[in-house]
Amino acid sequence: MFDWRWDFTWQILPRLVIATGNTLMAAGFGYAIAVVLGLVFALAQRTPSRTLTFVVREAVEFIRSTPLVLQIFFVFYVGPQFGLRLSPWTAGMIAIGLHYAAYLSEVYRGGLDSVPKGQWEAATSLNLSTTRTYFRVIIPQALPPSLAGMGNYLVGIFKDTPMLSVIGVAELMHTATAIGSETYRYLEPYTLVGLIFLAISLPTAAGIRVFERWVRRKLGLS
Amino acid sequence: MTDEDLSGFPLALEGPDVPMVSFRTVTKRYGELVVLDALNLDVAEGEMVTVIGPSGSGKTTVLRMLMTLETINGGVIYVDGKPLTHMPRNGRLVRADSRHLRQMRSNIGMCFQHFNLFPHMTALENCMEGPVHVLGIPKAEARARSEELLDMVGMADKRDQHPSRLSGGQQQRVAIARALAMRPKVMLFDEVTSALDPEVIGEVTNVIRRLVAEHNLTMLMVTHQMGFAKDISDRVCFFYGGRIEEQGAPDELFGNPQKERTQQFLSAVKEAN
Repeated sequence: MFDWRWDFTWQILPRLVIATGNTLMAAGFGYAIAVVLGLVFALAQRTPSRTLTFVVREAVEFIRSTPLVLQIFFVFYVGPQFGLRLSPWTAGMIAIGLHYAAYLSEVYRGGLDSVPKGQWEAATSLNLSTTRTYFRVIIPQALPPSLAGMGNYLVGIFKDTPMLSVIGVAELMHTATAIGSETYRYLEPYTLVGLIFLAISLPTAAGIRVFERWVRRKLGLS
Repeated sequence: MTDEDLSGFPLALEGPDVPMVSFRTVTKRYGELVVLDALNLDVAEGEMVTVIGPSGSGKTTVLRMLMTLETINGGVIYVDGKPLTHMPRNGRLVRADSRHLRQMRSNIGMCFQHFNLFPHMTALENCMEGPVHVLGIPKAEARARSEELLDMVGMADKRDQHPSRLSGGQQQRVAIARALAMRPKVMLFDEVTSALDPEVIGEVTNVIRRLVAEHNLTMLMVTHQMGFAKDISDRVCFFYGGRIEEQGAPDELFGNPQKERTQQFLSAVKEAN
């Protein structure tokens, strides 16, 4: 029943390791987009403009309420109809970056709201501008409570990169499936994919906790 | 808001005795609730005025409006002769825009009940933030000046500590240094000893005493420390229901209060102590 072939395993491992590089790159780029865009979404909902707040709020809700795979398909296949012709990589990065930006904006929102009102008042009394107050006073304090959530979504985006295989991004899942269809053996490639994900996710999650403590100490908050 | 009649208010206060702070029929409402009702209050340059009164009497609101943390619903506030809440445009007063507010705010410093130090900055960094990034003072100069101020409040040896390592009294002293570093003409103290343990109140009040004695700052203070208020104020205002019920020199107001509500309040406070 259990027909595990080690020679085959060693033979496909290099291909999967190379594909792991693509997976990490996709997760990294996607996360970088999400981290920056998420902050833009969160801050946009705190401007005095009600229209902007409403539009961004609804957009975030829309993105969070629809499946990632639909968004990926949408950007890649529907985009060209609007003259947006993107490579699988670019389309995938936009879709996954946007998707996680919506989630991260909620994390930031919680973090920003957790900063006491008195900090704003002190900043006003020192005549700091709104921008400077955000970047010097509010965001540094909003960061530590946001880190746990940000870490969760970093692992989340990493685990969601296989969705990019549906539009042909040659990440880990895509490569494992290709190996399977070439050799008619699925046990080894998919098992290896699972192990690789595990081997990266677990230390990352642990690393985030260490990082969180380090940031708190660095900012003098504990 | 826009169609309020401000024609009775001058574009600027002129003359020999222009007060440093002037509230002219200032009204503040939260919905239906009138917090301040046509308040008139002048504070002369170098004067120390203390505001006392029961909670909800609007005394803290007076300071918060002056720091522009609250908008006002009627009247005009002037600082150093110039309108704070409004600005002159085409020969009449209109609501102040953010630029005008920023310019006027530079005259005013404030210390809060809960200190509100920036927890991710050291004592020294807290004091340098405004001078460096708002006033544009070179870092070395701002550092020297901040160290001087921290020395004055007796916190020089703690300058590299974060607020979480400091006691309440120490934090409040740093907060006073931070406010002074912006070189305000008017200092506001909003219940600065209310959150402190009794044994450290003295270290904060002593700093304020020194300020009164050695500097020509105009000060407005809200406090529950009647003894302290009596010692250092030039004038005490008793607030009740959004108005000044009674005001006068501390000896008169505490020694011989005229109004019944003042008497009730003072005897209630005395009993509590």
